[in-house]
Amino acid sequence: MTERVETQGISDEHYNFAYLDEQTKRMIRRAILKGIAVPGYQVPFAAREMPMPYGWGTGGIQVTAAVIGKHDCLKMIDQGSDDTTNAVALRNFFVETTGVDTTTKTKDASIIQTRHRIPEETLTKDQVLVYQVPIPEPLRFLEPRETETRKMHALEEYGLMHVKLYEDIAKFGHIATAYAYPVMVQDRYVMDPSPTPKFDNPKMDQMEALQLFGAGREKRIYAIPPHTKVVSLDFEDHPFEVTKFDQPCAICGAEEVYLDEVILDDDGNRMFVCSDSDFCEERREAGHVGHLGTNPLEAEGND
Amino acid sequence: MSLDIQSSEDFPLLQVSNTTKLYGGRIGCKDVSFDLYPGEVLAIVGESGSGKTTLLNCLATRLTPTSGSVNYRNRMGQMRNLYEMSEAERRMLMRTDWGFVHQHPADGLRMTVSAGANVGERLMAVGARHYGNIRDTATDWLGRVEIAEDRIDDDPRAFSGGMRQRLQIARNLVTAPRLVFMDEPTGGLDVSVQARLLDLLRGLVADLGLSVIIVTHDLAVARLLSHRILVMRHGHVIESGLTDQVLDDPQESYTQLLVSSILQP
Repeated sequence: MTERVETQGISDEHYNFAYLDEQTKRMIRRAILKGIAVPGYQVPFAAREMPMPYGWGTGGIQVTAAVIGKHDCLKMIDQGSDDTTNAVALRNFFVETTGVDTTTKTKDASIIQTRHRIPEETLTKDQVLVYQVPIPEPLRFLEPRETETRKMHALEEYGLMHVKLYEDIAKFGHIATAYAYPVMVQDRYVMDPSPTPKFDNPKMDQMEALQLFGAGREKRIYAIPPHTKVVSLDFEDHPFEVTKFDQPCAICGAEEVYLDEVILDDDGNRMFVCSDSDFCEERREAGHVGHLGTNPLEAEGND
Repeated sequence: MSLDIQSSEDFPLLQVSNTTKLYGGRIGCKDVSFDLYPGEVLAIVGESGSGKTTLLNCLATRLTPTSGSVNYRNRMGQMRNLYEMSEAERRMLMRTDWGFVHQHPADGLRMTVSAGANVGERLMAVGARHYGNIRDTATDWLGRVEIAEDRIDDDPRAFSGGMRQRLQIARNLVTAPRLVFMDEPTGGLDVSVQARLLDLLRGLVADLGLSVIIVTHDLAVARLLSHRILVMRHGHVIESGLTDQVLDDPQESYTQLLVSSILQP
């Protein structure tokens, strides 16, 4: 999985490069450019039917298809992992329709398409991060009318967003929103950072890489250009806090990273492991071992 | 001429001139003119379909009148035509200087968030970002409209009709508005609850020095709350004047009919 896969030249010639026709890609690129020009603003676009159901990343792959070129190297992650169903299926989709190289190494990739997570490794100015977004409208659950939410964005009427946070504190004693935590982009637009855990919110602030968000069913694209201010909303007496874990990764021993819970048996035993599988593997190759992990070099010797 | 802030009570808060709303060929309300002064309570009465609510909606910028103008004196003492303001300014007025109490509380409340958040929404809309302060203010206002403090985290769905109406009033008054529009605030409530609500409203209006425009078909409500009264029929104002004067000595035959049709228990 960790090898850079050379797939140049085996793409399926029955499809146009990256599946979409050139006119569609131009239309999507125009929406992306507008999104970059107005950070956080949801740009409507004519999302196409893609050969997969809504909710599987139809928005994300249209954005990726519009920006990908022959010399790009693609990394596809789902919940931080390179080898879950969604990631494998979408990676194969682009291998077949573009023939670009793919990788699981964050630093080798020029385009990273993600569902949920931002990689643990700091992204650089030469990279593009594409998010798959299910519900782009942060105000949706309190204001069901699209005409009204657009007006609220236009007039910067964002009091309602704090009503949601108020409800959290009133019900749970703290802001219990753990993912899709609303952010203010460049002091202007309130934006829903897709279903990304709030752990990753601080990484969006002043990120060097370009961040693009695509919602296929809702037909919206928005963007955060490099070095843009992204602030998580909060109250003065209940400031924003990132998720804290009380133990390190069980396999690689990493701390200060986002962990997934893995149930081990029917007796309630569980382990917490890095959600970013590439980050975890790299640490193990570098010799880090968690309390439930084994040294990969010793494991190879056992085979 | 320079404007003295101290004497701003001598100037009308709202000036309505020849406001007309036509629904195609039908008349909603026609050529309505009046001035409303600070601290004054004006009742608009009339039978169903007489154009009371149309007029109220025209004044509260919820409907655009076909012709005529509505001018409002803002806190800086400037008279502004509501329909020449930008939408942003109008919406700002709606959530700071004005309140709107709907007949059905479900129209004016957010039914899916708690009572505290309902009261706090306007505060957050004007920039309050301290949870503790917002909650204290909400608690205070719930107390003023006689809702028990321990109901602050309950949804309005769990409230009775009278409580919902009181919550709606608290939600509107929390930003200390200068002008409140009320559309049949006591409709659908039983008489004892109605009496308590009216008592509460009368107290709040007097304490806060509010100006109120209240639409009602219930002359008893008009008599209890209002200083002045407009009687409407078929979209026209047919009689206006001081409330007790109009109700005790109606001049128009329709007003006489209206007054005489009150049931005496």
